[in-house]
Amino acid sequence: MEFIRNHGRKGIAARRLVSVAAVAATVALLATGCASGSSSTSTGTDGAAAGDLSITFIPKQLNNPYTDVVLGGGKKGATEAGFGATQVVGPLEASASSQVSFINAETQAGTKVIVIAANDPDAVGPALTEARAGGAKIVAFDSDTNPKYRDVFISQVVAKDVALIQTKLISDQIGGSGEIAILSATANATNQNGWIKFMEEELASNPAYKDIKLVAKVYGDDDDTKSFQEAQGLLQAHPNLKGIISPTTVGIAATARYLSTSEYKGKVALTGLGLPNEMRPFVKDGTVTAFALWDPAQLGYVAAFAGKALVDGTITGKEGDKFTAGALGEKTVGADGLVVVGPPTTFTKDNIDEYDF
Amino acid sequence: MSNHTKQSPAPAGPDRITALDTRLISTDKTLASVPKGRTGAARVLLGRDAIMIYALIVFVLYASIAIPRFATPVTVGFLLLDVIPVLLIAMPMTLVIITGEIDLSVASIAGLTSALMGVLWAAGLPIEVVLVVCVVAGVAAGAFNGFLIAVVGLPSLAVTIGTLALYRGLALVVIGDNAIANFPPELTAFFTSKLGGTGIPTMMIPVAVVALFFGVLLHLTPFGRGLYALGFSTEAATFVGIRVARAKFWLYVGTGTVSALAGIFWTLRYSSARSDNATGLELTVIAAVLLGGVSIFGGKGSIPGVIAGVLLIGTINFSLRLERISDVVLIIVTGTLLIASVVTPNVYAAIKAWRQSRRLHNTLPQVPASGATNATASGVPERK
Repeated sequence: MEFIRNHGRKGIAARRLVSVAAVAATVALLATGCASGSSSTSTGTDGAAAGDLSITFIPKQLNNPYTDVVLGGGKKGATEAGFGATQVVGPLEASASSQVSFINAETQAGTKVIVIAANDPDAVGPALTEARAGGAKIVAFDSDTNPKYRDVFISQVVAKDVALIQTKLISDQIGGSGEIAILSATANATNQNGWIKFMEEELASNPAYKDIKLVAKVYGDDDDTKSFQEAQGLLQAHPNLKGIISPTTVGIAATARYLSTSEYKGKVALTGLGLPNEMRPFVKDGTVTAFALWDPAQLGYVAAFAGKALVDGTITGKEGDKFTAGALGEKTVGADGLVVVGPPTTFTKDNIDEYDF
Repeated sequence: MSNHTKQSPAPAGPDRITALDTRLISTDKTLASVPKGRTGAARVLLGRDAIMIYALIVFVLYASIAIPRFATPVTVGFLLLDVIPVLLIAMPMTLVIITGEIDLSVASIAGLTSALMGVLWAAGLPIEVVLVVCVVAGVAAGAFNGFLIAVVGLPSLAVTIGTLALYRGLALVVIGDNAIANFPPELTAFFTSKLGGTGIPTMMIPVAVVALFFGVLLHLTPFGRGLYALGFSTEAATFVGIRVARAKFWLYVGTGTVSALAGIFWTLRYSSARSDNATGLELTVIAAVLLGGVSIFGGKGSIPGVIAGVLLIGTINFSLRLERISDVVLIIVTGTLLIASVVTPNVYAAIKAWRQSRRLHNTLPQVPASGATNATASGVPERK
């Protein structure tokens, strides 16, 4: 009896131990699985990185189509500029503080150049300061940080250029006279309102546009359905409308979809800022003749070269510094460390197939 | 069976029956006298908390060996700064979940605090006043939850889903789309400062105080022990004299207050007051608490286990980021761990039950067989 009893108790303890070991092993296995997963994807670059130049891109969030194009350009630029290791890390949600732990990890990794599109200009500040103290150069792109936390900011375009190319395109398409309207995003979108202000000033001041009359500004809230309905409403309310400018990718695509199925197809001109992949069918079927947008890939491309120039000491972020950005030629650092990539690209049926974003 | 029946001769019948009877009786006694559960050192060393702590140690050892750059004081600093908000809120949350309730509004309270802090600071109030007002706001937010749940008697899930949205909405009303960042640099630097060369953030001292407070409250006071009873059965707890409504009310004041502290920490650590600060933090906290061995049905769990759970999730997150593994993998790992931690005890219980029944068979190898034999042996002749 005693024997059985002791045996039973020992058995329980032993089984407990086994289960502890099993849990520990599971955790270890899980972790190993992850670690080995990583090494398969990044060993190549990591291996080369030892003592080599490393650059890491931290976008606002991962898995965003626009960001993917920017990062594609960034990786290309990094390779051409001579970085040994290129990494892309980032949060899944574009919240203010989500980028900080990624910056910290890069600081610890001793990354030489951190290229960041900040979700919040200040929340990333302390982490970036720490990274700089560790010797990293900070390049902001797409969305700036507070200037005191970075070396340079790579900006896509100058706001005025964006406005001017759209007024020029619409003027060309309607023959320089007639009623036009603007279909914007939300009524309080800073960038949209900035562009619209420049457009209004240009239409009022430039004699070439004296016969063009802006009759309406409507807001589709960057919502596909609402933009579609607003476009419909515009054409009903203004029978003499000759052209629409939609400086938002959602608005122009929705308006193009409405026009292409309506009696106004080819009669009412449409231009604005659009994504080539979304606009391709409408350019091919004649609804839209030309529209504009910057090439997001160039943004990443120039950012990589700016990072290289900072590491090399070619530039320090001072106004007037110059560096060569590969195929895009020489770029100059402006006031507050601002570097402008270039004028927007105009897309027509002749060149639209060259772009994939 | 039939062979066996034929082979076993009838004369052996009576003898075997008596032998079997005594064996049956004696075995029953033996099984009953095996203590249920563990006692002594085994209880501490093999408990659920201990398993979490082992898992944490194993993972930290693994990471130190396998991940370059992990074993440095810098890691300690960054990692702890990352987990502080979760660790803070997990403490009162543990108590709330042990009573069988939930508080989903914690992250929104932190966000509301952050928004308030920004607006009050921008309005030119001295920072001490701002901090006090923020904590008071947290207390009020928690008390409102507590009032609806404990006094009015509404289900905590419904109430805190409501206040989750309500407090976040208030945060938006307070600060709108703005972000306020110009907090005193000495203060923000203090919030990210480390204790000497150890890499341990200075902020861990108040966090340790909070953890100690809730640890002592839960494990070493009658109030805390009453919470377990409350988690098992509200009626029973009422009968043994626990003031259920009062206990619940103060627990929600507790989560509100600590969430406000977490909101203050968040704001000064990231030096940015925004309405969307700490969004989604409630789920991270609850996941860590459950991983730490607290039962979502209440009545089970401990502070040491939860601390180990929070640190385990934090360390895994940090290691994966250090290895530059995508956050996609990270959330999958966290989710899998959580499911595993909830499922494992059930699987273990099932295995234990199966073993228990097998042990019955093993200690009495002949019982079912001979019992059957016996029945037929004695039954068949009787019929004849």
